[in-house]
Amino acid sequence: MAVTKEMMEALALSEAEYEAIVERLGREPNELEVGLLGSLWSEHCGYKHSKPLLRMFTTESPRLLAALGAENAGAVDIGGGLAIVMKIESHNHPSAIEPYEGAATGVGGIVRDIFAMGARPIALLNSLRFGPPEEGRNRYLLEGVVAGIAGYGNCIGIPNVGGEIGFSPSYSDNPLVNAMCVGIVPKDRLVNATVGAPGNLLVLVGAETGRDGIHGASGLASRAFEDRQDLRPAVQVGNPFLEKVLMEACIEAARMDGVAGVQDLGAAGLSSASAEAADRAGLGAAIDVSKAPRRETAMTPYEVMLSESQERMLVVVEQDAADRVARVFKKWRLNSTVIGHATDDGMITVSEGKDARGALPVSLLTDPPQYRPQGVEPERQRELRAYGLDALPLPSEPPSEVLLKLLASPNVASKEWVYRQYDHHVMTNTVAGPGTDAAVLRIKGTRKGIALTTDGNGRYCSLDPYQGGMIAVAESCRNISTVGAEPIALTDCLNFGNPEKPDVYFQLEECVKGMAAASAAFGAPIISGNVSLYNETRGQGIYPTPIIGALGLLDDVTAHAAMAFRHEGDAVVLLGAGNVASPTASLSGSEYLQVFHDLVAGQPGIDLELEAAVQKCCRSAVREGLLKSAHDCSDGGLAVAIAESCIAGGVGVTIDSALSGRWDAALFGESQSRIVATVSQSQLPDLLRLCGDLGCPASAVGTVGGDSIRVGGVLDVSVADAAAAWRTRP
Amino acid sequence: MRFGVVVFPGTWSDRDCGHVLKEVFGQRADYVWHEETDLSAYDCVLIPGGFSYGDYLRPGAIARFSPVMRAMEQFSGGGGLVLGICNGFQILCEAGLLPGALMRNDHLQFRCQWVNLRVETTASPFTNAAEAGQVLRIPISHGEGSYYADERTLRRLNEDGRVLLRYCTPEGEITPEANPNGSLGNIAGIVNERGNVLGMMPHPERCCEPLIGGGDGGYVFRSILEHAAVC
Repeated sequence: MAVTKEMMEALALSEAEYEAIVERLGREPNELEVGLLGSLWSEHCGYKHSKPLLRMFTTESPRLLAALGAENAGAVDIGGGLAIVMKIESHNHPSAIEPYEGAATGVGGIVRDIFAMGARPIALLNSLRFGPPEEGRNRYLLEGVVAGIAGYGNCIGIPNVGGEIGFSPSYSDNPLVNAMCVGIVPKDRLVNATVGAPGNLLVLVGAETGRDGIHGASGLASRAFEDRQDLRPAVQVGNPFLEKVLMEACIEAARMDGVAGVQDLGAAGLSSASAEAADRAGLGAAIDVSKAPRRETAMTPYEVMLSESQERMLVVVEQDAADRVARVFKKWRLNSTVIGHATDDGMITVSEGKDARGALPVSLLTDPPQYRPQGVEPERQRELRAYGLDALPLPSEPPSEVLLKLLASPNVASKEWVYRQYDHHVMTNTVAGPGTDAAVLRIKGTRKGIALTTDGNGRYCSLDPYQGGMIAVAESCRNISTVGAEPIALTDCLNFGNPEKPDVYFQLEECVKGMAAASAAFGAPIISGNVSLYNETRGQGIYPTPIIGALGLLDDVTAHAAMAFRHEGDAVVLLGAGNVASPTASLSGSEYLQVFHDLVAGQPGIDLELEAAVQKCCRSAVREGLLKSAHDCSDGGLAVAIAESCIAGGVGVTIDSALSGRWDAALFGESQSRIVATVSQSQLPDLLRLCGDLGCPASAVGTVGGDSIRVGGVLDVSVADAAAAWRTRP
Repeated sequence: MRFGVVVFPGTWSDRDCGHVLKEVFGQRADYVWHEETDLSAYDCVLIPGGFSYGDYLRPGAIARFSPVMRAMEQFSGGGGLVLGICNGFQILCEAGLLPGALMRNDHLQFRCQWVNLRVETTASPFTNAAEAGQVLRIPISHGEGSYYADERTLRRLNEDGRVLLRYCTPEGEITPEANPNGSLGNIAGIVNERGNVLGMMPHPERCCEPLIGGGDGGYVFRSILEHAAVC
């Protein structure tokens, strides 16, 4: 059958790409072969626009066990023979069409990436972005996504310990649903995603293969399109129970000798799973599609190879271990079927019974063209950066009213109404759960703990993608340091618009540069991640939004800090600044500017050297037991950070340092590299000495006590009123 | 004591229970596969939380037919202690080992949060280490925990002192606001007529160590151990 224009359209394969295929192959591919190539060469699987950029990330770390792109997920050594495995991944496009199943299968996919490594998943986090929640469609997407995450995550028994939710008109109709999963495994039991050696058996385990999700990777996630409702059938339906059983069985199997590799069937299903696993071993694979258990009749080889049916794994087993491993899957009542074997010919060969259906070199499948177009800075971005913030009028409301309104803004307000729908206690490791700067989990059988967070600020990146990229990494590491943990690894999800547009490509390139610079500065390598492009609606790209997931390590999990002010009389110390003043420029891209001036403008910025000193100082202070509390200053600035610590502790504060400059900048400016900490009066000199030793600017600015939040004689709000505003549900 | 912890496909609190029994209380605990037909080796069997067989039909509706639940009938009939937590409570009701049913939370959402529970009676193998009226802080995590029973059953439960735990305020008052799921009478945990089978929606195994938020769940396990020591 000839390859038609419609097929190429469905696969998002360009004519130039098709010509390149014919040339490299030396012949016309058949229909099945085009399907395989189209899927693997899709932006989603092939990273055509991002691969050259991702090489900028440093991955050097003595802890590194599995680097970016090398396996299903990244892995680092945390000592004591243990490894942490982690990854973040997007499910934006499916969630935009069918929010419940889109989000649910996003969780399912990322969890499979973790247990494919032989690791037991121990935590989930979610970074979500939506349009303004008062609009009907956005509300529907928000509620559907949250319900989907809850429905799937709760059923599989992995705690959902953190993440964030942000709102901006930029994400209307195109929500961001980034799911992160973290697992743990004895490091000598890490499993590779490889076919291992020729002759090894390829065993398809889990769900039966259906027609769902065909062209999910290529059609849905790799191009811009107008009416997405037509693509609803390209969204898969999740079965969390099957996932749970599959997880237990795979972890059990991974501990057995004779399991050579495990590969998740995600985007592009069997075609990418087999090609990637073969590629890692420098081998080939032969697959007989007639062997694959189906849930539908009369499926073609094309459909079997491209199906994105969920809850399936490819387990590679040495021949003499086959029976032993099969018994494990039988015990869990799972299908496990030998569908092929590893070969030494470097080809992916597909047959249907005795009939050959197609054969392609692995090297062609896994080596799509790479594009590095010339990015152009958007004119609008330059203008907004140069905006004269000094000329902005002060708001008509007094500072206290401004604080209450900011606390109630959907970006700042409590997200408890969301996370109480997620099980965050199961597995009994949760020392600090959602609603904190970073979640803290104990590692059973050790004194250690890990800290986890996700962060990303699209507004900053839209104004200055380079600085915004640095800030995203810096803030995630700051959150980790705030609880006292050392940031040791990062995972990232790059959410951007259409990379074929020069201004979007510029944003992507600059963001990646900024992230790479900050990652190197903090010594925290990016070990895994995912790229989601073509996030746009009606031709308008979303804010460039890199989301960073960070992992921190605590040698002693009992020595960690929390955000709540605790004791009357404790001194409030601002780490990272000599006083409470903040320049007008700190309003750039701030929540305050958006809420009160309906404006996203200015020049955000960060000093990485200062940032590193502040983080190190905070970690040292926590480790030495000096701090009673610590909380990162971010959205809403100093006043919001202080209010959040008061609400969490149920106690007031008096900041007696005089404000200088504009009060809106001093209270609500978002200068980076600041942490609000408290210390007992008797240990205040010790803390300030430590700050001096470590080159961290710091100043004692006030005292915990009373039942009001008082700042500089200009702001006075009762903790009860602040709490009520903060608990406003969008 | 020797504990058995039942594992269905889809159970997820099994290892949490095993951890508490072994690491916190130093007891012997085995995981018992759902196909097991003999529980006679155990002094106490736990049915942990989770989504047994996916619970797509109705929580516990499939699990009640499993071999281990037939063995459970025999085990509890012989006086063995059974503690069903969350999904375990749902399964015990479906199996008819406890009266009533657990329905969808009245607000129709899953809830994971800390709740306060008033200990209604200490004349039980599961609460004897606590004091009557004591308020325990223990987390819940469920979508279908709204306890329902007909009036006659409720009256009997109350009259016989078989309601062990009720959702309450931090001060111990039984109010609608303190009820996280719409359970009749704020019921959080009940025992069978003989008093050896407890079903409760909150998760005591999640709060036996101060590091992860509290130790009040320990009252339930200490009660079981003290009961066994006396018997």
